[in-house]
Amino acid sequence: MKVIRSMVLVSVDQASLEHGAEQVFHAFLEEIEEFGLSDQVAVSTIRDVSIHEDVPLVIVYPDAAVYAPVKVEDVHTIVEEHLFKGNIVPSLLAMMHELVPEIAWMRGRRGALPVQKRIVLERAGIVDPGSIEDYILYDGFQALGKALTRMKPAEVIAEVEKSGLQGRGGAGFPTGRKWSFVASTPGSPKYVICNADESEPGTFKDRLIIEGDPFSVIEAMTITGYAIGAHQGYIYIRGEYPLAYQRIEHAIEQAEAHGLLGNRIFGTDFNFHIHPHAGAGAYICGEETALIESLEGKRGMPRARPPYPTTFGLFGKPTVVNNVETLANVPAILRNGAVWYRDVGSPKSTGTKVYTILGNVNFTGLIEVPMGITLREVIDIYGKGMKNDKRLKLVQTGGSSGTIAPASLQDTPMDFDSFRNAGVSLGSGALLVCDEDTCVVDLAKVILRFFRNECCGKCTPCRIGTLRLYEIMNQISKGEGSLSDLAEVKKISEAMSEVSNCGLGQTASTALRDILKYFREEVEAHIIDRVCPVGACPIAIRKPEYLSVA
Amino acid sequence: MAQRINKPELHIVELVNQAVEKHGVTRDAVVPILNEINRALGYIPASALSEIRRHIPTPQEGVFLADSHLYSAASFYSLFSLKPIGRHVIRFCESAPCHVMGGREVIQVLQDELGLKPGETSGDMKWSLLMTSCIGICGVGPVFVVDEDVYGNVTPERVPEILARYH
Repeated sequence: MKVIRSMVLVSVDQASLEHGAEQVFHAFLEEIEEFGLSDQVAVSTIRDVSIHEDVPLVIVYPDAAVYAPVKVEDVHTIVEEHLFKGNIVPSLLAMMHELVPEIAWMRGRRGALPVQKRIVLERAGIVDPGSIEDYILYDGFQALGKALTRMKPAEVIAEVEKSGLQGRGGAGFPTGRKWSFVASTPGSPKYVICNADESEPGTFKDRLIIEGDPFSVIEAMTITGYAIGAHQGYIYIRGEYPLAYQRIEHAIEQAEAHGLLGNRIFGTDFNFHIHPHAGAGAYICGEETALIESLEGKRGMPRARPPYPTTFGLFGKPTVVNNVETLANVPAILRNGAVWYRDVGSPKSTGTKVYTILGNVNFTGLIEVPMGITLREVIDIYGKGMKNDKRLKLVQTGGSSGTIAPASLQDTPMDFDSFRNAGVSLGSGALLVCDEDTCVVDLAKVILRFFRNECCGKCTPCRIGTLRLYEIMNQISKGEGSLSDLAEVKKISEAMSEVSNCGLGQTASTALRDILKYFREEVEAHIIDRVCPVGACPIAIRKPEYLSVA
Repeated sequence: MAQRINKPELHIVELVNQAVEKHGVTRDAVVPILNEINRALGYIPASALSEIRRHIPTPQEGVFLADSHLYSAASFYSLFSLKPIGRHVIRFCESAPCHVMGGREVIQVLQDELGLKPGETSGDMKWSLLMTSCIGICGVGPVFVVDEDVYGNVTPERVPEILARYH
């Protein structure tokens, strides 16, 4: 077996390819061969490098040194100095934007990338996602081995409960408690479902977890199966993620070939099988009962609850449905213990959270940091500040079903409790940063158009409510609204959040509610003065005096 | 993208056979089977639904599967089409992140270049312009997908050059 001590990643997004990334990639292969390092250094490619001006980008792990822009002529130096002699080449490193002085870097892994605390994405971007050997080399399957050979199912559940792990799909339900419900519910067979139907706008953490570290999801599902007494698992991957599907399919094959999945896992009596399942495009299938309906070959329409999937799930049997990110925490918890996990994050929200940073910041992308970091830190450290030095206007947290946090809330710690107290939701971890050029009416319109399109049509408040709210916001953006519309918006929103059958209808008007709470004046300007202060809506573009900023 | 099959009617029986062999005939195989047909033909013809149902003649969990059940499932999902669509399918992300990052200008240019409105297919069946909800590539928005090729950080200026790559 090759023992890989270094990993070289060459960016191959469109812009990098146009700047000779392919030649750089091949130059690395040749130079590494030349220095006799082929058995120690792996070369791979990455597509997601967010926005960098200097491409191609080359990242060398485990030092996390980022070189950019790399030309073919530079490759020899990097291989000789860094990979052969072990010295980072400062002259070729990427230019990093100045950090805001008052923000200290977090302690943790050193390197040229801003430091993160990685549990879920510990291996992503470092190991070859197609190689089970790589995974095992980086502590893979240790947790499963420990669970199967040294722990009783109830002990596994107790450890997860003690860790304080809460579901990362949006609702934040304690994972251990969910497992114990299913374990104690009579009925057989039981099922484990991994919810990888990640469709919340602005969220792509689950895709990167699966694409970067598919084995961790396989291992975690198997542990879950052992804990609750299930022998079949499904992973429901949205149809828009073909690469994630291929990686999972490949990972399952390899795990089965190595006796780590299938029959008699680790030589014990425990059997567990995982079936990958591709969705076909429907936001609502991220709702767990809709997902189950869809798995059963039907329209993905949510069921009435109760009964919950923990008692009446797939094919009417007790079922655990966990989000990808939630599951990806499990192996690390069993490996290092619940006490270790509780030390990360804040007391009531343990562990890390994966966020996606989007919108009007200099660097977009994905980070994993301890619970409790603030929006200001995320924007300044990881987003490298606002794009074009514009002012921050608002952040939509948790995707389109999430809340709107105005700039005044940017110092609130992001954990389940503090956010709940501030009336903000953490949701899926998407952070859509909007600058002063964003019109809140335009934003609300786009969000409601999304819900109008994705509403499954099963229950009336949501089916009619999403349509009506979209129509009203559309009218207002054209300068044809009236103040009584806002009263109607309030009435519809309240009805929807109270009586809709599922989370979609209950949260569809959340953003609009917050916009009216924090930016009512701007919405009223569209109605009373018939102007869009920002100039994004299809009406007169005039900035009224009272809104102009010095 | 896998080469589409030109004369669907000749291949439906064979396609369904292959898909059924691969996925089985249990209820959880329905969407994967529909997926295979849609991928091969670009759409799911009504005759394919009957053909699939023919393979599942016995009650499933006490419920008979009728053509209408399959139609109900096939018509629900946005990646499925029940009528023929263009040789090249553009899916433009219209969700909030791409919109905030400049998507509005890009979709305008796309419509002008193609002479199509969202949801339309060109007369020569070359292009279909579809709007889609978030496709999870928001780090590089605005984003659109042509067939299975993803284009990120798209600007209005880049649109003509991207379209010219397809024949």
